[in-house]
Amino acid sequence: MLSTSTSTLVFWFLTILIVASALAVVLLRNIVHSALFLILTFVGIAGIYILLNAEFLAAVQILVYAGAIAILVVFAVMLTRRGDISESNLFNKNYLAAGVLCLALFILNTFLIGQTFWTIKSGEPPLNNVGAIADAFLGRYVLPFEVAAVLLLVAMVGAILLARGVNQDQ
Amino acid sequence: MINNAWLIPVFPAIAFLIIVFLTRRVQLLSALVGIVAIGTSFIMSIGVLREVLVNGISMENPVEYAFTWLGIPGYLKIEAGVLIDPLTAVMLFVVTLVAFLVNIYSVGYMHGEPGFSSFFSYLALFGASMLGLILANNYFMIFFFWELVGLCSYLLIGFYYHKHSAARAGLKAFVTNRVADFGFMLGFFILFAIFGTFNFRELATAIPNYQDTAFLAIAATLVFVGPIGKSAQFPLHVWLPDAMEGPTPVSALIHAATMVAAGVYLLARAFVLFASLPTVMLIVAYVGGFTAFFAATIAITQSDIKRILAYSTLSQLGYMVMAMGVGSMTAGMFHLMTHAFFKALLFLGAGSIIHALEEQDIFRMGGIYKDMKVTVSTFIIASLALCGVPPLAGFWSKDEILAGALNHGFTGLYVLGTVVAFLTSLYMFRLIFIAFFGKRRAGLHGHESPFTMTLPLLILAVLSIVSGFVGAPFVSHGFSSLVYYGEPHHVVPNYGVMGISVLVALAGIFVAWVLYGRPSDVPTKIKHRFPFIYNLLVNKYYIDEVYMWLFRRVILGVSYILNWHDRHVVDGIFDGVGRLTRASGHKLRYIQTGNLQTYALVIFSAVVIITLWIATPVFGGMLQ
Amino acid sequence: MITLNHYLALGGMLFCIGLYGALAKKNAIAILMGIELMLNAVNINLVAFNHYLEPSKVVGQVFAIFVIVVAAAEVAVGLALVLNIYRRRLESNVDDFNWLKW
Repeated sequence: MLSTSTSTLVFWFLTILIVASALAVVLLRNIVHSALFLILTFVGIAGIYILLNAEFLAAVQILVYAGAIAILVVFAVMLTRRGDISESNLFNKNYLAAGVLCLALFILNTFLIGQTFWTIKSGEPPLNNVGAIADAFLGRYVLPFEVAAVLLLVAMVGAILLARGVNQDQ
Repeated sequence: MINNAWLIPVFPAIAFLIIVFLTRRVQLLSALVGIVAIGTSFIMSIGVLREVLVNGISMENPVEYAFTWLGIPGYLKIEAGVLIDPLTAVMLFVVTLVAFLVNIYSVGYMHGEPGFSSFFSYLALFGASMLGLILANNYFMIFFFWELVGLCSYLLIGFYYHKHSAARAGLKAFVTNRVADFGFMLGFFILFAIFGTFNFRELATAIPNYQDTAFLAIAATLVFVGPIGKSAQFPLHVWLPDAMEGPTPVSALIHAATMVAAGVYLLARAFVLFASLPTVMLIVAYVGGFTAFFAATIAITQSDIKRILAYSTLSQLGYMVMAMGVGSMTAGMFHLMTHAFFKALLFLGAGSIIHALEEQDIFRMGGIYKDMKVTVSTFIIASLALCGVPPLAGFWSKDEILAGALNHGFTGLYVLGTVVAFLTSLYMFRLIFIAFFGKRRAGLHGHESPFTMTLPLLILAVLSIVSGFVGAPFVSHGFSSLVYYGEPHHVVPNYGVMGISVLVALAGIFVAWVLYGRPSDVPTKIKHRFPFIYNLLVNKYYIDEVYMWLFRRVILGVSYILNWHDRHVVDGIFDGVGRLTRASGHKLRYIQTGNLQTYALVIFSAVVIITLWIATPVFGGMLQ
Repeated sequence: MITLNHYLALGGMLFCIGLYGALAKKNAIAILMGIELMLNAVNINLVAFNHYLEPSKVVGQVFAIFVIVVAAAEVAVGLALVLNIYRRRLESNVDDFNWLKW
């Protein structure tokens, strides 16, 4: 466990990192840059997980998001590349309305969070985090677990079919 | 036997199903099924009548059993049940007997006709419905069967549906009866609304204690509209003469002896309702008396044998209704019974003549008594019975009605009834002298009808002679001690009334003989002397024309207005709603940009707005 | 002292940034990236709730893993769709994906 002041420091650092790189993802005009900042955001979020004593989740975050999904995104960018890459990630005509909406949602959300009373519980997190998660998955949540497996299989088959394209002759 | 009386209508109903589904292709077997079924019902009816007499079942102590057919506890109870008192027993006997004889007669009459089997199936269905109507123990059931007999009547009037006039006559009967049935229905619904029951006996105990007679009078008048239609009283009588388009056995059974008497039977069943309301009784009496007179005058000028008999039926039904109206229910039912026998006989005899000559116009007949001795002699017996010549059946029953009118202080109606008696013998013997005697017309080849047709004639002739004795004044424990309302009363013979009515009947016959019994130009002279009256009578007082005018001008005019209203106002509103939807859709479709991000924007805007709404303190939210 | 509210505010901010990306970008891949950001914001909230409200159990983390699974499936299918559309229309600009219109 980190000491309180250290964790506070780390939290602010990570927060700034996450928010800044997320803004970069959204605001930059080059889609490749956006993808790279996306990876940075994911890594920052993994740090937040560690801060919250969710080490296993942090590992999954790095593996799945930073490893697999970001790479997928980069692949997709490469395969659909057309025209000038430095102008590949532009805003559409809704950008102003969307900005107002998102700002309003953020302000409202923050107000509501401040108004809400949470019953904070103090307690020791389980020492063996991975073991606890494994118990949950193969015990109480075994059915959703299996369904998730089926979902992944279906998504994989669907993605292959869609990406390959149906042969028009058949 | 009484406990199984509910089976009496079931037999013909089963026969109907058997004929329709099994034996339709085999004609004689269908007829046999029908005859056996109604014969069984007849034997059971005799059994019921015997038990009623032996076991002393009276009007006060009837046998009733029922089960709840349809019910909402506390609100609605509709029973299916059987009520047997002497009234029921007598009606059962009369209806099954006449129906049985007509079924036998039809085998000969309908021989070789297309639709022979369906004719018998209709007869069986009619038998079932009519017997159900008689046995019913409540208004709802009686109405149910009332509609069924109306349906059978419609089917049988339009039996020769390929003939345009027959199809139209069926329609006319049906529509006219619908008008009346609607009144009847409203009437007994009002009764239900007041008393909360349809049951006759429960109503009989409740009605005399009810105070609001004005309301009750409306209900009673509406109930009386039913008999006005079914028993063809003025002004809804127009369907009955046209109903003669049906086969003659049907005219005998349905449109003379039984179904048209259902109205009178209903009056008898509901007599307690009418008896407590003198005003309504007065209406009933005068409608009946007027119809009796009105129809008799028309009958004098008609030339179609069946139409003469039809107007005679109207007139006699008027007598019965008048009897109900003056308060002698016994006399009305007595006349119903005797009339059923001799009027069925008259129609069956007419059918026999029509069957032989294929001619209905009496002026084209003549001198046929030599060829058809049985038919003609039974026809004359029936006519004498109808005219009220002693000691035949009609004499006793008609006398009782006239005496009843006089005893209850309706002197005017008594005089009217006597005049009608005169007219009755006039038109009946006009028919007889013209059609049966006189010169033979060339080209007519009469022949006596087959045995199946003459046998019912002979049986009915015997009944026309003797059936009056059950109600004759000198018979103790006769008809009047069986069927009565209030106290059973012994009929005191009123020799004055008797004498006058016999004299009047004989006078009618004599006048008919003077005018038509020998070659004479007096009828033609009278016709030319009073052309207005003659035209009025021969055209049946132009009632049909008035109705047609009303229909064309008033109903079609109102319909035209309603049609316009429906097309332009009602349809306009709905078309307008449709057009508005279309037009607004046409404009609003541009909102559908097809851009998913726009949709998402709208969705999240809605999320923000809803969250704001919920969170705002004015609406009970949590934002302070 | 970092409280639950800090984490929730972080999650809310990340969610709004992702939403902005999903609503205001032209490129279909950029929209998918925005959606990923939104899903991650949700995950932060879940884990933070787990940590502060029920620290002795791992329910929030389990739920977050399910979200990651679904997100992976979603991004795979979504990118396949983008590729497919691109092959047919030579375009990954969502402004032109308007076949759903009237």
